[in-house]
Amino acid sequence: MSNLLTISPSPHFKDKPTTKSLMFGVLTALIPTFLVSLYSFGIGALVTTLVSVGSCVLFEWLITKYLLKQQPHIADGSAILTGVLLAFNLPSNISPFIVMFGALIAIGIAKMCFGGLGCNLFNPALVARVFLLISFPVQMTSWPKPIESRLNYLDAVTGATPMAAIKAGDLSICENANFIDMMIGKAGGSLGEVAAIALILGGIYMIARKIITWHIPVSIILTVFAFAGLLWLIDPSQYVNPLYHILGGGLLLGAIFMATDYVTSPMSATGKIIFGIGIGLLTIIIRLWGNYPEGMSFAILLMNAVVPLINKKFQPARFGAPKTK
Amino acid sequence: MKLSTFKIGGVHPSGSKLSADQPIKVMPIPDTVYIPAAQHIGKPADIIVQKGDKVKVGQLIAKSSGFVSANIHSSVSGTVTAVGPVPDPSGIAKMGVTIKVEGDEWMEDIDRSETLDTNVDRFSDKEIIDRVTAAGIVGMGGATFPAHVKFTVPLEKKAEALLINGVECEPYLTADHRVMLEKSEQLMVGVKLIMKAVKTEKAFIGIEANKPDAIEKLTELSRKYAGIKVVPLALKYPQGSEKHLIKAIMNKEVPSGKLPIDVGAVVSNAGTAVAVYEAVMKSKPLIERVVTVTGNSVKNPSNFLARIGTPVRLLIEAAGGLPEDTGKVISGGPMMGKAATNTDFPVAKGTSGVLIMPEELAHRREPEPCIRCGKCVDACPMGLEPYLLSVYSRKKMWNECEEHYIYDCIECGCCVYSCPAARPLLDYMRLGKSTVMGIIRSRKK
Repeated sequence: MSNLLTISPSPHFKDKPTTKSLMFGVLTALIPTFLVSLYSFGIGALVTTLVSVGSCVLFEWLITKYLLKQQPHIADGSAILTGVLLAFNLPSNISPFIVMFGALIAIGIAKMCFGGLGCNLFNPALVARVFLLISFPVQMTSWPKPIESRLNYLDAVTGATPMAAIKAGDLSICENANFIDMMIGKAGGSLGEVAAIALILGGIYMIARKIITWHIPVSIILTVFAFAGLLWLIDPSQYVNPLYHILGGGLLLGAIFMATDYVTSPMSATGKIIFGIGIGLLTIIIRLWGNYPEGMSFAILLMNAVVPLINKKFQPARFGAPKTK
Repeated sequence: MKLSTFKIGGVHPSGSKLSADQPIKVMPIPDTVYIPAAQHIGKPADIIVQKGDKVKVGQLIAKSSGFVSANIHSSVSGTVTAVGPVPDPSGIAKMGVTIKVEGDEWMEDIDRSETLDTNVDRFSDKEIIDRVTAAGIVGMGGATFPAHVKFTVPLEKKAEALLINGVECEPYLTADHRVMLEKSEQLMVGVKLIMKAVKTEKAFIGIEANKPDAIEKLTELSRKYAGIKVVPLALKYPQGSEKHLIKAIMNKEVPSGKLPIDVGAVVSNAGTAVAVYEAVMKSKPLIERVVTVTGNSVKNPSNFLARIGTPVRLLIEAAGGLPEDTGKVISGGPMMGKAATNTDFPVAKGTSGVLIMPEELAHRREPEPCIRCGKCVDACPMGLEPYLLSVYSRKKMWNECEEHYIYDCIECGCCVYSCPAARPLLDYMRLGKSTVMGIIRSRKK
């Protein structure tokens, strides 16, 4: 027969999403956040993001091609995504060399050392962020003032972030009603974490397109709200309104974009909720009683480490499981 | 109103029911039919005719050879030209009977009139089952489990309800849909007969909401038949799986390793119910069935009533011929059907449809690394972890496969369907499942 038929086991049908389309879906969801960052931090946001993405892609390509001697698959978009997320976790006025160093840590250590896409235990962008935070504590915690330092890059005017202010015991931030600033990117912080509205928009887009499920972001946010809210009710003079914890710092960026990273989050719905609750609790504990003003990165990385255990313990609800165990 | 469905997993495959509005067309009788001896799950039937024998339509040509087996009848009249290999979708010829058609002479006891016979009461439950056994009826949804075995409820168990599967959750297939529309009365009487056979007063006909005409017509008719209720169901694959249909309609879960009857359910396909009507009321064995021939490039997607043994090639020709861009021919639906190596294979009792896929959709994508997105876990209707089971199976870790319930897998394909990395999850799970089942069986010995 000249025209042979193809045979393969069933199913013969596939849903549309591919690894690539999912990665680019997440990137699409990050566009509003990036636009607000450009508005708030101007040239610094642009340079930092470009350097980060460029070096992540370059390192992935070099490592796959020359160290692992495999066919590089940059086109799947995962290195680009790591690059964007790393940049979004950095202050916008940071030196490009530090950014490149971070990219090397993210791709080289956190991703490729573990076996590349799908094998890493920890979120690569967060590993790099925490590495940089410990290595360059000054550069990593000097935050350019949004809007006014738009046209400056390395010489940006810096100021305190809401989280740092709270850590320093300056609860006056609560008296000035600047929720609005925190929603639209007028409060200081890393370049991708300052615009709550844009982040939430991206989250809704990803849930609607079924790129992520609601479990992780919602459980993190509710846990933070409940835990911080309880403390606030007990002693409002010492603890701030829980909304500051949700809108301030990297919480929304972390809850929506970092903790939901497929590779480093649990598989089952129950597992995802447990994971989210853990992140929420750890974040508040670190923020309130730890050394750092910001606890999100540490909380996610700590919970990343427990993911294999969560997967083992919280298997999906099984159809027809015997009633008694 | 919120439509009921099963709770865990499931997917919504795209792909339209192109032939839904095409009335059933009767296929002309071919020159030669090829009737396989194994058209059911269980032991192949013992062929009782020899080369040169004259047979009539409805004459027994192969006898049920065990408890789980079924009779096979000639679907045409003519001369047996060979007892031996007949074409098979797999390309490996299987045992069967080849008959050269001469005329169309039926067995005398078959009532060929179209008059509806609703007098169910003249048969006892035993007589109904005997007639179903004699007629060689098997599950016509594709699983082909001998119907009389299913209808014989063990003494210590009781059927609470009969569920009629009119879900047809596979994309593209419309054979059951057309049967429900065009043989509605016969279907209702058939349901009554099965209710009597399994001794239950209640029957539910589950139909997915994408067949509103069938829901309306059968709901209307069901007023005349006490105890039969039509249940519209939300669209979700694999709702046609017995276990998931029971969950959707009765909200009961068949425990792992148990049968529907253990939760008081007997499930039968809509087409099977019509075959039961014909077998019991009209003494007509299972010699023909409705087959959907469809595909996006097929000129005239159609539903044909074809004699068992008709080469599928003739059905494809009747639907406008094999399209230029054909890459794959599937016996059954896109989710669970089998890809065929040829188009010479005959229509069998379980052939619900023939789907023709174009070349560009015929090939699997190159697998990429698992990104642990969990979509397979969300999609699995049995609540398994396909990403994990496929790795265990690939690494031959059979104990771990068993600990993670690989034997529960119903091979519906939801995991592969949903996997963005195009990983061959189900291939490995099938390997693991059959190996683990073998280990479990050998342990019992």
